[in-house]
Amino acid sequence: MTTPPSSVLLELAWVDYLILGLYFVFVLGIGWTLKKHLRTSSDFFESGRSLPAWICALGFVGANLGAQEVIGMAASGAKYGLLSAHFYWVGAIPAMVFLGLFMMPFYYGSKVRSVPEYLKLRFDEKTRALNALSFAVMTVFSSGISMFALAKLLNAILGWNFDVCLVASSLVVLVYIYAGGLTSAIYNEVLQFFLIVLGLLPLVLLGLQDIGGWSGLEKQLASYSAGRGMPGAWTSTFAHTANPADNPIGIEWFGIVAGLGFVLSFGYWCTDFLVIQRAMAAKDMSAARRTPLIATVPKMLMPFLVIVPGLIAIALFHRGGSADLPIPVTADGQPDFNMVMPSLLAKYLPNGLLGVGITALVASFMSGMAGNVTAFNTVWTYDLYQRWFKPDASDAHLVRVGRLTTVVGLLISAACAYAAAQFNNIMDAVQLVFGFVNAPLFAVFLLGMFWRRATGHGAFFGLVLGTLSAAIFQGCTVPVSETPGLLKGGWISVQHTFASSMAQNFWMAIFAFTGCFLGCIFVSLATRPNRKEEELKGLVYSLTPRLPTDMSVAWYARPVPLGIAALAASILLNLIFW
Amino acid sequence: MSLDIRLPVGLFFLASGLLLAGYGLLVDPEVYARHSLGQNVNSIWGLIFAVFGIIMLLLVRRTRIRESRQSPKEKS
Repeated sequence: MTTPPSSVLLELAWVDYLILGLYFVFVLGIGWTLKKHLRTSSDFFESGRSLPAWICALGFVGANLGAQEVIGMAASGAKYGLLSAHFYWVGAIPAMVFLGLFMMPFYYGSKVRSVPEYLKLRFDEKTRALNALSFAVMTVFSSGISMFALAKLLNAILGWNFDVCLVASSLVVLVYIYAGGLTSAIYNEVLQFFLIVLGLLPLVLLGLQDIGGWSGLEKQLASYSAGRGMPGAWTSTFAHTANPADNPIGIEWFGIVAGLGFVLSFGYWCTDFLVIQRAMAAKDMSAARRTPLIATVPKMLMPFLVIVPGLIAIALFHRGGSADLPIPVTADGQPDFNMVMPSLLAKYLPNGLLGVGITALVASFMSGMAGNVTAFNTVWTYDLYQRWFKPDASDAHLVRVGRLTTVVGLLISAACAYAAAQFNNIMDAVQLVFGFVNAPLFAVFLLGMFWRRATGHGAFFGLVLGTLSAAIFQGCTVPVSETPGLLKGGWISVQHTFASSMAQNFWMAIFAFTGCFLGCIFVSLATRPNRKEEELKGLVYSLTPRLPTDMSVAWYARPVPLGIAALAASILLNLIFW
Repeated sequence: MSLDIRLPVGLFFLASGLLLAGYGLLVDPEVYARHSLGQNVNSIWGLIFAVFGIIMLLLVRRTRIRESRQSPKEKS
C-alpha cells in the first residue's frame, strides 16, 4: 500500500542523506560488533547483567524516547502549554525514584529475568501468564504504532514511499537486535539519546532566539492564552489547576497528582518491563538501583527539548500565522499539532543540520520500536514459550527462539502498522485497551512487595477487577466534545462529562487502581496464602534483609542521596514554573 | 564489557561534526539568512559535535590506559 504524500515540507540534500546513511552504518556496525561477543541466552536477553549504570540509565531514557515523546510531546506542548511538563516533573520523576529506591532490590535481587517472572515467584503462574500475555500484545502493538507513525511522518514531510520507510526501519531494527540482542538495543539507545539531544537542541535555541528569548515567548503566549479565555495558562504548571475550566487540559490538580502522578506514572515506570529490562541489565545491585535515579537527570530536562518547541511553534503561529511558521492547518483553522516538530525543522534548519534533525527523528522512532521488540522477545521466550511449550529448552535453543521471536514480533508489528494505516480508530482502540490493562497493575505490585498477606488469587482477581473498573468507568463517562461510543466512552450510560479525554483517562486510572487495590485485599483476605514466608524472602519488603550501604561509590552517588536530589530538583522545577 | 559504547558514539559525532562543519562553509549565506537567523549553524554545530566526539574518544583512551596499568598489577 502506498499513501500519497499530502504536503512535502522538507527537501533533503546529499549531505542530509550522507548523515542519515552514516547513522545507519554505525547502528548496524554496533550490532555486528556485539554479535561476536554473544554466547548465552543471558547475553541475548539480559545483556549478561554486565552493563554500567550510566549506559543502562541512558538506555532507560532512550527506550522511552520514542515517537510519542518527540512528536507527541511537541504537539502536546502546543496544545496544552507547559502543563505537559506534568508528564515529567510529576508523572515520571517520583515514580523513577520509587523504582530505584524500593522496587529494584526485588526485581534485581530475586534474580528474575522479567517482570512477569517476579509475579510468578511472588504470586502464582496464572498471574504471571495474565501479565505476560497482556504485556506481549501491548508491546507488539506499540512497536507497530511506532512503525506506522514513522512511515507516515516520513511520507508526509519528505514524500518518501510509505512501504519503503516501513520495511527499511523494520529491517534495520531487526538486524541489530537479531545480531546483538538486548546489549545492541541498549547501546543503540545510547547513541540515539545523544543524537536526539544534540540534534534537536539547535532547533530550540534558534526558536527561542527568534521569538525574543524566554520573556518573548511568555509575552506571545500570554496574549495567545488570554485570547482563549485562560490568561497565563500556557506558561504555568499548577497556577491554573484549581478549576478545570481555567486550563487547556481541563483537569484540576488532584486529578493530575493522583491520576497521572501516582497511578499512571507508577503503573508505567515501576511495572513496565520495557524500561525495567534496562535496569535489570546492570552489572550489580548498586548499578541497577542507580539506573532509574541517574535517568531522572535527562528525564527532568527533556521538557526543554520536546515541549518548549511546541510552545515556540504556537507562539510563532500566533505572532505571524502561516507566514511565521509554515505548518499544515486543520479544517477548524488550528495548526496540525502533530506537525509542530517537522515544521520547526523546516523553518530553522538548513540542509546539513536538517539531516541531523531528520536522523534524530528516525532514531527516536527506532529506539521506541527496538525497546518494545526486545521486551517482547524476552517475555515471549521466558514467560510463555519456555514455561508452556518447552520447559527443558537448552540455552542455545532459547537464543534461537529469541531471534526467531524478534523476526515474528517485527512482522506482527508491521501488520499492526498496516492495520493502523487502514483503520484510523485502531490506534485509539489500542490506547484504550492499554489504559484498561496498565492502570491497575501498580496496585498488585504495591501489595505484592509491601503486604505479605497478598495471595495469588488476590493478585489475579484484583487485576481482573481493576480492568473491569476501568471499563465500567469509561462506559459511564465521556469527554465533553465527543459523541458517546465504544472508543470515547459513555457506551453504558453517561453519568459524567469530562472537560477533555486526558481528564477522563486520569480519573479512569484512579478508579482502576482503587478497584484492583480493594479487590486484591478482599480476595487475599478470603483466600489462604499460597506462599510460605520462607519463599517470600527477597520478594516482600518486610521479609527481606536491608541492603548494606554500597561503599564502592562516593556517598553522593549512592541511591538514597541521588533519589533525594532528584526529588528536590523536580520540586524546584515545579516551583519555578508554577 | 565487549565494546565501549563511547567509541562508536565518539566516532559518529566526530565524523558527522567534521562533515557538517566543512559543508557549512560551502553553503550560500543567503540560506542561513532564510533559515537560521543569519548564523552558520552548520559549522557552529558541526564543531560542537566534533568536540563532543573527541571528548568521548578521549574518555575511551583514558579507560584503556587505566585498564592496561591495572592488568600488569593484577598479574603480578
